[in-house]
Amino acid sequence: MPVTLDKQNALDIYELMCLIRAFEEECASQYMRGTIRGFLHLYIGQEGVAAGAISALQDDDYVITHYRDHGHAIARKLDINAIMAELMGKSTGVSGGRGGSMHLFDVSKGFMGGYAIVGGQLPIAVGLAIAIDYCDEKKVTMCFLGDGAVNEGYFHESLNLASLWKLPIVFILENNLYGMGSHIDKTHATGHNLYLAADEYNIPAAQIDGMDVVSVLETVESAVDRTRSGAGPILIEAKTYRFSGHSMSDPGNYRNVTEINEWKQKDPIAQFLNYALSQNIFGPNDIASIDESVKQAIQDAVEFAQQSEEPEIESLYRNIYG
Amino acid sequence: MVELRLREAISKGLREALDNDEKCLLMGEDIGEYGGAYAVTKGFLDQYGEKRIRDMPIAESIIAGAAIGSAMGGLKPIVEIMTINFTLLAMDQIVNHAAKIRYMSNGQISAPIILRTVTGGGGGLAATHSQNFEGWYASVPGLIVVTPSNPYDALGLMRSCIEINDPVIYVEHCLLYSMRGDVPEEYYKVPIGQASVIREGTDVTVVTYSGMVNVCLEAADILASQNINVEVIDLRSLRPLDIDTPTSSVAKTGRAVVVEENWKTGGFGAEISTSLHEKAFDYLESPIIRICGEEVPMPYTRKLESATIPNSSRIVNEIKLMLRA
Repeated sequence: MPVTLDKQNALDIYELMCLIRAFEEECASQYMRGTIRGFLHLYIGQEGVAAGAISALQDDDYVITHYRDHGHAIARKLDINAIMAELMGKSTGVSGGRGGSMHLFDVSKGFMGGYAIVGGQLPIAVGLAIAIDYCDEKKVTMCFLGDGAVNEGYFHESLNLASLWKLPIVFILENNLYGMGSHIDKTHATGHNLYLAADEYNIPAAQIDGMDVVSVLETVESAVDRTRSGAGPILIEAKTYRFSGHSMSDPGNYRNVTEINEWKQKDPIAQFLNYALSQNIFGPNDIASIDESVKQAIQDAVEFAQQSEEPEIESLYRNIYG
Repeated sequence: MVELRLREAISKGLREALDNDEKCLLMGEDIGEYGGAYAVTKGFLDQYGEKRIRDMPIAESIIAGAAIGSAMGGLKPIVEIMTINFTLLAMDQIVNHAAKIRYMSNGQISAPIILRTVTGGGGGLAATHSQNFEGWYASVPGLIVVTPSNPYDALGLMRSCIEINDPVIYVEHCLLYSMRGDVPEEYYKVPIGQASVIREGTDVTVVTYSGMVNVCLEAADILASQNINVEVIDLRSLRPLDIDTPTSSVAKTGRAVVVEENWKTGGFGAEISTSLHEKAFDYLESPIIRICGEEVPMPYTRKLESATIPNSSRIVNEIKLMLRA
């Protein structure tokens, strides 16, 4: 890993990944207590992708993503109090308690939503990029998708138009090897190298180690720069792994312990910490306060969410025509 | 007044939208060089250029999704999907995305698109090109569905649809494009969610929309010659649905006939007749009748196709039976 991070950037990325991890662990615990309902898809293990990729963006860029969206929302600096409130169904939630875990929105941060139909966000991402292009703005749209989305028609229709119209869009394909409980080998004809599909549409693409946040940051930074300069879309496939199940109701019987443990050896947070310490980017003293501040932030978020009110029944018909 | 064909009235509405708002753009299948499958956008490419008149791949999901995303990004897209049959390929974007975004984001953002598409049979296009799915879309909260049956409404509704901050399915009927009608030269709008009494009568109320309006008017003419006065109501919007106008009419006539081109089972006529039962039961002198398309995939050959779609003589017969006339 070449050193491109200064101390503060490195600390920020480390703290961000720790915050995502701790947030997700707290979600799991809240889910078990019944304070979070519905589907809950945790991002634990994939933190390096969201942290690295979104750190490469400017404030006015768009981010749009899939239903495993907490990590992206936190990386985009959404208020974690409001995210936790959303998960607990409170009116102070980022989506006013209307969306829940899979549908986080904060338009003021350019966070254009988590989408829960596999691949459904891709055409919308293309549309956002059309708007940027139409208005001659210097923004980019960053669209996250999972490996499962590659098998949807949406993937192909979206890559085709993005390339045809040379749109400012960066696709971040998070390949965690499993579409729910099915391994990619069982569902995709070409197996592991999903990024090659972009070639069919004349879109440059690369495959990177998504467990290595520095590699993600570096690759995505140059991809974003390229796209921002008007060179058109690009696709980055980040090989990654979720340490927990697909959702909280996952029986977990389709992956073996050896595989899970192998991937846990590549834990993006531990890996980055070792790297930063060994390269003297920061020292043990610099991170002493991070654990505590993350813990406090999560505690504050839970407290805020718990103390918030549920939406009034009278608000049921708010934001619907007619 | 100026006489326009329905096609020209839609074109006029689109031109106004493009002229009034530089963020407005048109996207769709063959709307540019080809001029649109029904020639609604003929000449637009030359006038407005490629940036604003965009031919798209035959890929309905991306047509709908590109519209939704660009609307979220601040544009005012009007897209054309060649027929409502093809919108099934875009249904996830329309139903799961466009219809949800304003509500689910707690009002942070909306997807104010106009999706123009073409409904109906009668053109000899057989089962996959002759269907009426507007009622399906009308069942979805978050969508607006309008169904103009004449040039006046086509322009007036387009003007209203342009102004609202929600997704609209603007449904044109395949047989109506050449229909002529008077359109005021001065500016006017037709409000969304307001039915019109298109012909006044005292004996029976016929509630219908889109391509069936003309067929019902024809039936009303025939019945008038037999001293039966039919009131014809054109719903014009299916969502939001104006049930008050038909209810007031039934209060006067005591009888209601619902006519739709679509299949009866689960069709929009079921919604209309049930709503009338809820609102107008006390005025009804006889059960509501539904006259609908036959429940078969639309056959190609003319004789069978004609037997499938409701026509004026069937409507006349049913109404006479109802009145025991």
